[in-house]
Amino acid sequence: MVETSDIRVVRCGGSKVNLTPPIISSDSRFVLCTSGDLVKVYSTRTEEWLHSLQGHTNQVTGITLNPANHLQVYSCSVDGTVKLWDFIDGILIKTFVIGCPLFAIYVSEKHTGVLFLHVSMATDSKNECFQLVSVHLPKSAEQEVEAKEMSAVSSHISKNPSCTAFGRGSVSETCMSMVIFISFFSLCSFSLKATDKKGAKNAFTCIACHPTDDCIATGHEDGKIRLWRNFIHKKEYTYSTQHWHHNAVNTLCFTPEGTHLLSGGIESVLVQWQYGADNRKEFLPRLGGSILHISASSDGQLFCTSHSDNKITVIESSFKVCGVIQGLVKGDAVLTDLMIDPRSKALVLNGKPGHLQFYSLLRDKHLYNLDIVQQEYIYEAGLDQFEVVKAAFDIKGSWLATVEERGKKSSDLEFFLKLWAFDERTQSFVLNTTITAAHTDRIISMCFSSSEETTMLVTAAEDSQFKAWCQGADADTQQDQNFWSCDFVGSYHKLNPTNCSFSADSSLLAVSFQEVITIWSPDTWEMLTTLCQPPGVIRDLCFGRLSCSKYLLGTTTKNLLCCWNLLTCELEWSTSVDVSKLQPDPFSENVAAFSYQSKHTDLFVFKPSEPRPLFTNKNVCSEKVHRAVFVPREEPLNSCDESTQWLNRSQLYFLTQNMDLLTFSTATEEDRMLSSSKQLVIDDSVAVTPFYLLLGKHRQQQQKLNTQSHPVSDKPQQTQGSVTIKELLHTPAHVLPAASVLCSMFVNSFLISNTGETLQEEMDSEKEEEDSEEEMEACDSQQELRAQGSVDEVTPKLSKAQERELKRVRKTDFSWMAGLIDSKP
Amino acid sequence: MGEFKVHRVRFFDYMPSGIRALAFNRDIERIAVARMDGSVEVFHCSDRFFQEKIIPGREQCGIEGLSWVGERLFSAGLNGGITEYDLTNQKVKYTVDAYGGPIWTIAGNQQGTHLAVGCEDGTVKLFEVNEDKIQFERNLDRQKSRIISLSWHPSGSKIAAGMMDMIQIFNVETGHSVHRLLADRGVGTSRSKECVVWSVVYLSDGTIISGDSVGMVKLWDDQTGTLIKSHNVTKCDVITSYLIVPLEWQNEDSLVAGTSEGTVVQFQFISMVLGKDDKEWVRTRTFKNHTHDIRAVAEITTAVVSGGMDAQLVVRPLLDKVEVRSAASALRKIHFPHRRLVSCARKSGLMLFQYPGHLELWRLGESEGKGSSLFVKRNPEKLLHLKVKGEDHIRCSAVSPCGEWIVYSTASSLRLYRLHCDNNNVSITKISKLPMVLSSANQLCFSSDSSHLFSASTQSSVHLVSLSQSGCKFVGTLKPKSGSHQAIHLLAASEDGKWLASANSDHEVHIYNLQTRKAHCTVPVYSSAVTAMGIHPTTNCLFMMYADQQMCEYSIEQKQYTDWSRMVQRKGLHRFWMERDTPCLNVMFNPQHPSHVILHDTYMLCIIDQSLPLPDDKTQFYNQLTLKSLPEEQRKSHSHAFKVCKTFKDILCVELMSDQSLVVVERPLEDVASQLPAPIKQKKFAT
Repeated sequence: MVETSDIRVVRCGGSKVNLTPPIISSDSRFVLCTSGDLVKVYSTRTEEWLHSLQGHTNQVTGITLNPANHLQVYSCSVDGTVKLWDFIDGILIKTFVIGCPLFAIYVSEKHTGVLFLHVSMATDSKNECFQLVSVHLPKSAEQEVEAKEMSAVSSHISKNPSCTAFGRGSVSETCMSMVIFISFFSLCSFSLKATDKKGAKNAFTCIACHPTDDCIATGHEDGKIRLWRNFIHKKEYTYSTQHWHHNAVNTLCFTPEGTHLLSGGIESVLVQWQYGADNRKEFLPRLGGSILHISASSDGQLFCTSHSDNKITVIESSFKVCGVIQGLVKGDAVLTDLMIDPRSKALVLNGKPGHLQFYSLLRDKHLYNLDIVQQEYIYEAGLDQFEVVKAAFDIKGSWLATVEERGKKSSDLEFFLKLWAFDERTQSFVLNTTITAAHTDRIISMCFSSSEETTMLVTAAEDSQFKAWCQGADADTQQDQNFWSCDFVGSYHKLNPTNCSFSADSSLLAVSFQEVITIWSPDTWEMLTTLCQPPGVIRDLCFGRLSCSKYLLGTTTKNLLCCWNLLTCELEWSTSVDVSKLQPDPFSENVAAFSYQSKHTDLFVFKPSEPRPLFTNKNVCSEKVHRAVFVPREEPLNSCDESTQWLNRSQLYFLTQNMDLLTFSTATEEDRMLSSSKQLVIDDSVAVTPFYLLLGKHRQQQQKLNTQSHPVSDKPQQTQGSVTIKELLHTPAHVLPAASVLCSMFVNSFLISNTGETLQEEMDSEKEEEDSEEEMEACDSQQELRAQGSVDEVTPKLSKAQERELKRVRKTDFSWMAGLIDSKP
Repeated sequence: MGEFKVHRVRFFDYMPSGIRALAFNRDIERIAVARMDGSVEVFHCSDRFFQEKIIPGREQCGIEGLSWVGERLFSAGLNGGITEYDLTNQKVKYTVDAYGGPIWTIAGNQQGTHLAVGCEDGTVKLFEVNEDKIQFERNLDRQKSRIISLSWHPSGSKIAAGMMDMIQIFNVETGHSVHRLLADRGVGTSRSKECVVWSVVYLSDGTIISGDSVGMVKLWDDQTGTLIKSHNVTKCDVITSYLIVPLEWQNEDSLVAGTSEGTVVQFQFISMVLGKDDKEWVRTRTFKNHTHDIRAVAEITTAVVSGGMDAQLVVRPLLDKVEVRSAASALRKIHFPHRRLVSCARKSGLMLFQYPGHLELWRLGESEGKGSSLFVKRNPEKLLHLKVKGEDHIRCSAVSPCGEWIVYSTASSLRLYRLHCDNNNVSITKISKLPMVLSSANQLCFSSDSSHLFSASTQSSVHLVSLSQSGCKFVGTLKPKSGSHQAIHLLAASEDGKWLASANSDHEVHIYNLQTRKAHCTVPVYSSAVTAMGIHPTTNCLFMMYADQQMCEYSIEQKQYTDWSRMVQRKGLHRFWMERDTPCLNVMFNPQHPSHVILHDTYMLCIIDQSLPLPDDKTQFYNQLTLKSLPEEQRKSHSHAFKVCKTFKDILCVELMSDQSLVVVERPLEDVASQLPAPIKQKKFAT
């Protein structure tokens, strides 16, 4: 995949957490799950994302605890490596290079030093044919080891990890119609065929092995669970059937003691069956999406279920939900564009049915859902219900426009245009206006004007009109509240509009009608000019930014990318590219274009001013890309390399048809992350003592401070402080003076850096005192921005900032006062 | 193939009686079934579950338990008596009163020396089994409540008795109670109700397994008297009392329990860890084949047999025990008896229906017009309702072909009536002076010209009685030259009045010459029972159907199998024919087509054309539709001997009348089900 040297496609943020069963650490403190190229570690108590295990270069497909050491975890990935991690500290211990894509990983307690992996049998990825192999891990001290000692265990198995289970020293798998049981003691394998009655859907869907007894539980397509016993004997195997699920059983899991069996399916009800007394069962209903995986902690105190709506639920053994880890909700399709909320910088898209979700990509956390439709969603197949199909933010993030519709398939289309105002007090969007019949036909495109003063919304619909909506006091109602009403209706030769876009300064509005682009002045609603470059209907339209704002870019269905110069109203350049998505970066002149050609998508990044692309990445992914967004970075990178410069200020995320959210990462970024983790490896050589913990924490804090604000000044002091401590620690105990003497010294060693910092701050503030008023304002606005930027994490930071500001204000006040007093007499 | 006018008779309201008890005898592979009406039937397990013997019941004779002691069958009932059956002559041998009130259960020990009965008065009574009778020996310690269930320890030294709310273990030597195991009552509203221990099983390792009215199967240890494990078998939200009826065990590694919801639950003694010996009882499979309460279950070598209120006997094979899967090991539901309950007067269009306690005589309707369904000109008419005198139920009955004579027999008496039928006035006169030999009959048959009555009697003999206007006269007795003395269950007389064939339960078929009144010959004994037979009117060949679906044609005159029969044996019958699960119940011949043999079983009507080639396994067996689509000239080459008609279902009887019309007596199972009492309410999924 990697073509250009230092930019590669990664799954980072918003990935599926429900791909594989999550695992719970043996002390029940952490939940580990795969998420794209990472393994994420969450706390079971607080549901917080603690850290992630980073190192794989492709989708991580399986994780399992190291049976020899419960603090370590194995992970396998499509990139062909198995990595061993210390998941508490996030340290990569070892890498085993297998050499072919891996799809699942299992370990057996009976077989130390052996891993069981799913590998693809055929080179052709379409032909889903997998086999289970066992790999002996070579004992070696090196960091990266090649493990080539493979032996096949069984072939033709299902890709679904639920279809393979390890029991007491044996493995069993299901294919569509049979269970294969392989015992390692007798090396016999045989199959149990599903009784194929006519019309009965009893294909196997999942399997679980009892931890102590020789009992295999299988789930079936018709919702039955069968418990097989006595399967060593060829014919005298026996089974008992239990039936509660009305649809296929997705997953089965025995508790570690073997006293209960947990099952889940599309009903999103977790069912707990008592092993042995089969009629007794407990239910935990209403868990959200359908249950895909269940896992239990090794002490049986916690269960984890992962759901189809990209969620992990942590459940206590008393059947109480104690935590929900919500990932980016991905339905069947994202109908809205990917958007960035200007206030919270969160990614906004369709979430739960009828909702918009706000997802923080930086912290990889689901923030909240905004209920747009405000109707009960009924879970039933084939029911036509309202869906949010369009959404747009204005430039400040104070207005949100949404379109919901239903009846897409049937002829009677029903849709609403809703406008939402941001409420500062509740820190969320509040419905302001609902327009029931905004147009007579479906709204195709919608955009806000980008000027600061007036907010204006333009909607283009299939009734061959575009309408401009303005906020203003309604003449009829005469109320204080400002509702939105129609300001202008425009059309062009009864053609259906396809797109609309405002220029960066909102002085121009471009509306494309099939092959024609019309340019309007929003102030006077006068059509200024038309641009036309047949053949092909305009598919995407956008204005250039900043220095390139005189250019208008458009793509057509006939594989043409055109750039018009608006000053001359002439075609500046055009090139033949099949662009499926054109995405301008709001913070630079750059425009990203995804083109789909011969079964793979290429990315071009260019400036409208010149037809030569800044950056090309061939074969980004194999699917078509229809959604993409530039996400601003928290802190800009300062890369000088020409090919990576476009990623300095923002990151490009795009969504493939498989609903994978992908992004690009640069070499510098990765280097920085690697360096931080490597340092941890060195630290690891120090024994973990209470002192170390105290010290380590302290040092980490210091490091953070260093990187954040004062890169140079603190260093000597910090080392000095640690030197005292080191001295204290390394001196033999019998030579040390009394503890009472040492205590103050020890405490002082902590204080040193702190005083340094405050000193520094005071110095800063003194500097600021001397600064002019203008800069003060700038500073204020910056702080305001920062405050705005963190809508979700509200009060504590704000108060801190305010406190600092107050302090500063107080100080400045004094000086001013003194000046006045001095000048008065 | 020929067209028939068919009388589709659905007015025979036969109601099979519910099954109350089952007992399996491993040595002779017979299963005995006791029904609600007091009748006892014996099925041959390895002969496709053919109903070999039927011992009709009596009024007021509720059988509660059945027990085999060796090859002797005992039953006990609420009338307080223990009955032994004479299985050879298919009748009650004697009844001994236990003097303990109603008897709820009976159990024989494995040694075959003693019988134990549990009585209403709380006593367990031991009877010694002697050569020809049983003798009361002694009582075990008397308990306060009635004894519902009993089980002997295989060693014969202990007895477990299930009672209300508890199980007692008795030492047989001393007669004292060793342990008392208290069964828990249900929770909630059923708390106030007594827990009835409906069944107990005493295993050789000292485990006692009990099934009770709370819906639990419990495992107890007899050393300590403690509960080891309990399984809830039925759901708890039904308010009526649960019945877990006879747990039945086999080889001590498998146990079945029937519930009042109609399910049979299997428990197996399985090692939890493969290759180790610590075994546990685990609930495994659940079978649901009944709609009503299961009153009795039995586990036989390869199958689970269950019966209940819905009057069907269900044989559910255990596939892990079956060596070769075949038609013999398929799921089998036995609804109707394997005897004919209908006899037809072929020449006068009368039908005699045999109910347990009465007979009904009907005249068939008449029709006119043509087509697939005919207009009924005259409705069928019930002429006679004849109630049985005495308490015994009818064993067999017959109407003469001319329709003038009606005869029936109970266990104790035989009655012959003469029917006078002029227009709408029907009257009968009882023939009073019957010969002494006609005291009772196992099977009755008239000669085709209605001049003689054949009555199968004890010792496999047939009494011959001539009938005339004045009365009847004993003519002679036909006795087989040698062989067994089993009761005759089939009689067939030839059309010309020259031959009579009899078949008994030992699979012997004897042929008698009626003119010389001597035994003519004996058909070679086949391993399977004869289910139906008939003598061909023109060739005088005896056509026999066997329980394993084989067929034979035996030439009486030449005393050998016919060429056609030998060809059938050589080529073998089609797979589909062999896989049918009900026996053929009647063999008829069409005088207009001498090569045609008409057969029927419960699900189909078949005409065998002996002139056509036999089908082999590759040919299509049910080929009527294909033949229809073929042009006339090609039909010949594709047709084979078997013409199967599946238009009719649940057939009790098919008879060819002398006017070339067929009478098909159907008893739809839906009608039977609708007359059953309502099953215990059961929550269905998603309702």
